[in-house]
Amino acid sequence: MAAPLTFQIQLTLTELLGRRARSAAELRDGIRSVPRSSIYYHTHRYLLQHVRESPEPPNDFAYWTTNSLGQHQLGESLASVNTVDFLGLEELRDRFVSILEAQPSSNDGVCVLSPEGLEFHFLACRIFVVPAGLTVCSLPEFRDALTRIPAESLYYHMFVPRFLGAGAPDDFSRWFAAQGRTDVAAALTKLDPYAMTVEGLRRKILDILDQHA
Amino acid sequence: MPKLQEYLPIIGESRLDQLFKIARPLEGRVVQNINSTAVGGGVAEILTRMIPLFRELGIDARWDVIRGNERFFAITKAMHNGLHGVPVELSASDFEFFVETGRANIEHVRPWGDIVFLHDPQPIALVEERGSDGRHWIWRCHIDFTAPQADIWEFLQGYIRRFDAAVFSAPAFSRPLPIRQVLIAPSIDPLSDKNRDLTESEISAVCNRFGLDRTRPIVSQISRFDFLKDPVGVIKAYKMAKKHVDCQLVLAGGGATDDPEGQKVLDEVRREAEGDSDIFVLFLPPASDLAINALQRASSVVLQKSLREGFGLTVAEALWKARPVIASAVGGIPLQITHKYSGILTHSIEGTAFWIKQLLNEPAYAAVLGQNGREHVRQNFLITRHIKDYILLFLSLERPGDVIEL
Repeated sequence: MAAPLTFQIQLTLTELLGRRARSAAELRDGIRSVPRSSIYYHTHRYLLQHVRESPEPPNDFAYWTTNSLGQHQLGESLASVNTVDFLGLEELRDRFVSILEAQPSSNDGVCVLSPEGLEFHFLACRIFVVPAGLTVCSLPEFRDALTRIPAESLYYHMFVPRFLGAGAPDDFSRWFAAQGRTDVAAALTKLDPYAMTVEGLRRKILDILDQHA
Repeated sequence: MPKLQEYLPIIGESRLDQLFKIARPLEGRVVQNINSTAVGGGVAEILTRMIPLFRELGIDARWDVIRGNERFFAITKAMHNGLHGVPVELSASDFEFFVETGRANIEHVRPWGDIVFLHDPQPIALVEERGSDGRHWIWRCHIDFTAPQADIWEFLQGYIRRFDAAVFSAPAFSRPLPIRQVLIAPSIDPLSDKNRDLTESEISAVCNRFGLDRTRPIVSQISRFDFLKDPVGVIKAYKMAKKHVDCQLVLAGGGATDDPEGQKVLDEVRREAEGDSDIFVLFLPPASDLAINALQRASSVVLQKSLREGFGLTVAEALWKARPVIASAVGGIPLQITHKYSGILTHSIEGTAFWIKQLLNEPAYAAVLGQNGREHVRQNFLITRHIKDYILLFLSLERPGDVIEL
């Protein structure tokens, strides 16, 4: 019998780095040197701020490049980075840098600058992990808990392990694999959780559980 | 003051439970808040409402107020304006007087809390008293720091760098500093008179008092009479929209009557409004929270056409009432509104007029914006989130690391 799964909740405190960028080149230099928690923040922040709808591109770099610099093609390239393909923040950082490096630093000799007041501000975060007060031992218990846990808990188990080096893309697939339910684990691993809202993700996982009940 | 349990229907059991869980490791800690006024102004308002909630969570929150004479407060007001980017002149003797007053305050506001939490520049010189006794010191800046006047910034920086952390309300307020900087947005209290649910009869009573016709659309801007809120621009936008869609305009707000600039703005607004009986210019006295609440709720569209803005909490207030909001993309407003999703962001009088027409003609779309806005405020700008962020900050002072397990 595998160990029970204890649900946790992630809470975040946002930190300001006092660093800003006005051009794609400054954005690239910033991405190169900010702490890892800044890369994490700018690629995950939107998930918990818009748990039901996703009106923004999936990372702040893409949003700013598109909306403040007006560089739509570059913005689209940054938005297209598949965060789910990366198992570490350094690799993810390198990917953004390489896209920005491939970009000419000026357009016909003119460097595109953001308007005053619309600069990119580098932020970072500290993560707090708090017990959610729920522990499950079986698939039916898991299903029941999944309908009740807050978005911050679902988020924690599906997104945080990827960047804490837990050895699996998410906690749930690891737990199901340990339970001998490799079918459920495989179906969960196939999901791209970045391509939906946290509430959408909850519905998808419930569907998977129902299909493999 | 409301009890934490009263927030349960608004934030849900899980969020309320989280507050108790994260506060537990801080049980009994003394958090000594220090500011410069016990009544009036946003800082006093938020502390009045927060302190009892912290205590309910087991954190021993205290509140001390520094003393100062007329000259001291004239200097701090000038500093406030200078930090907002309004040019002011402060002499070396003014700075010296500011420091002396701070030192004199150490006699009766002795820093003794486990966490000493100073608000805004007025009490900042108290940090000179910081010793190696293990107390943590936080400085909370509640004001717009986007373009502070250089000499004032230089002066304050010498003090700010002696804190463990500085807290700002928006990313643009952050500056290069050798200490931790934390982003904590301000908040509204959904149970205050300004934001609590009102009955239809309460809303109608206020509208009747001001002679508003509730059978016709109401567009409003409820904000101080100040050039930076662009009330004249609001009237111009309304007039453009009114050519094609029927509506009334409410411009309501307060402002100091002894402020010559405030009176000038009000005079200009009245001149611009002359001859149109559908424009209601309402100069509200202090303690008009219920009237503000009712006017926002009676509005079909709420505007905040500021030219510059700090955080712009009036936007959160209107969004909380599920009103569609059209606001300028300045200061903290873009943090509250995602364009065409939870409201409308504009950059001009013409753009504002265009969107007034659109939203009055498409009430279903306007309602969706309002609902999305309300949810965004529920997630991000309520007092309970503000308290949560403060508790996380307090915890982070004692527990280093990017990931902290409680």
